[in-house]
Amino acid sequence: MSRAPFERIVERHGARVWRVCRALLDEADADDAWSETFLAALEAYPTLAHGARIEGWLVTIAHRKAIDVLRRRSRLVVGEVPERIAPDRARDLDLARALAQLPQRQREAVVLHHLGGLPFAEVAAQLQSSTDAVRRASSDGVRRLRVLMGEER
Amino acid sequence: MTEPLSSGVPFRAAPLEPSADRVVELRARLADRAAERGLLDVAYRSLDTELGALLLASTPAGLVSVTFDGAAPDATLERLATSLSPRILEAPDRLDAAARAIDDLIAGRARAFVGPLDLSLARGFGRDVIERLREIPYGETRSYAQVAAAAGSPRAVRAVGTACRRNPLPVAIPCHRVVRSDGALGQYVGGVEAKQRLLRIEGAGVAH
Repeated sequence: MSRAPFERIVERHGARVWRVCRALLDEADADDAWSETFLAALEAYPTLAHGARIEGWLVTIAHRKAIDVLRRRSRLVVGEVPERIAPDRARDLDLARALAQLPQRQREAVVLHHLGGLPFAEVAAQLQSSTDAVRRASSDGVRRLRVLMGEER
Repeated sequence: MTEPLSSGVPFRAAPLEPSADRVVELRARLADRAAERGLLDVAYRSLDTELGALLLASTPAGLVSVTFDGAAPDATLERLATSLSPRILEAPDRLDAAARAIDDLIAGRARAFVGPLDLSLARGFGRDVIERLREIPYGETRSYAQVAAAAGSPRAVRAVGTACRRNPLPVAIPCHRVVRSDGALGQYVGGVEAKQRLLRIEGAGVAH
């Protein structure tokens, strides 16, 4: 059985993986999580089951790697915010901080669906839940994010 | 399908796009780290030469493949993924030395490829033939029949032609020095013009 050269996987899914990482982390950490995601994927790639959905697989790894970094730095991310930063960057930080404050299930649903681009059915499979449950978690999460980010302004 | 994250603000996903520069940098760094961790089985790059755009690929053991499709390498990359490993990344830096060595040969600045070669894509009789090709001196030619004899199978003239056509490392391993017994050039994996050019650079006298 033939398998696409890994370079093509990076080409096709690199931006999506970065979005997932960046949603949860600042830029430098997102770069690290991005690299760690593709290194882990590269290692497992030759033995990945044929017919496996590459993008769902990658988004799941990316989410896990980003959460790893977030756990290591949770105080930093949730805690202090530099006083003067560009508006775009401030909004990114807000998003990362707000996401970090969501209950885990909501955060996962939001990140996998909205930033990873997985349909709810696939998010449900990744999270071993039902489509209805993850749809609810996602919309609760988005509502909560808006509140969190509105309050912080 | 996806509920737009931007509806009603107060945040949107747009700023989360990586810039083109960042993507280039990330991919270069990925190749380096993959190599450090022993996860990069095949590195590749393209190389513009007077013979056209080449595709060079290497394993940790050395240069493993030279093909004449640097401008459209998809088919070759698929083949390398199948026959060697799908752990393939574009990593020009890792092929700097090999690219220089190939360039030197094509420009006539070197008489032999300098650097490690990985012959794992040549198997069986093809491998025997490839080994014989490396013994043909710079600036000289041999006939397909002579190479067949040297490989210990004097009647396998046709198979020698096939082995030359399948040489995984043309230019580096001089299959261009094998010509027909009547002095005509015969075929070449990179086209007859490329063969002619290589032999002219070497100063080998050939009929046209």
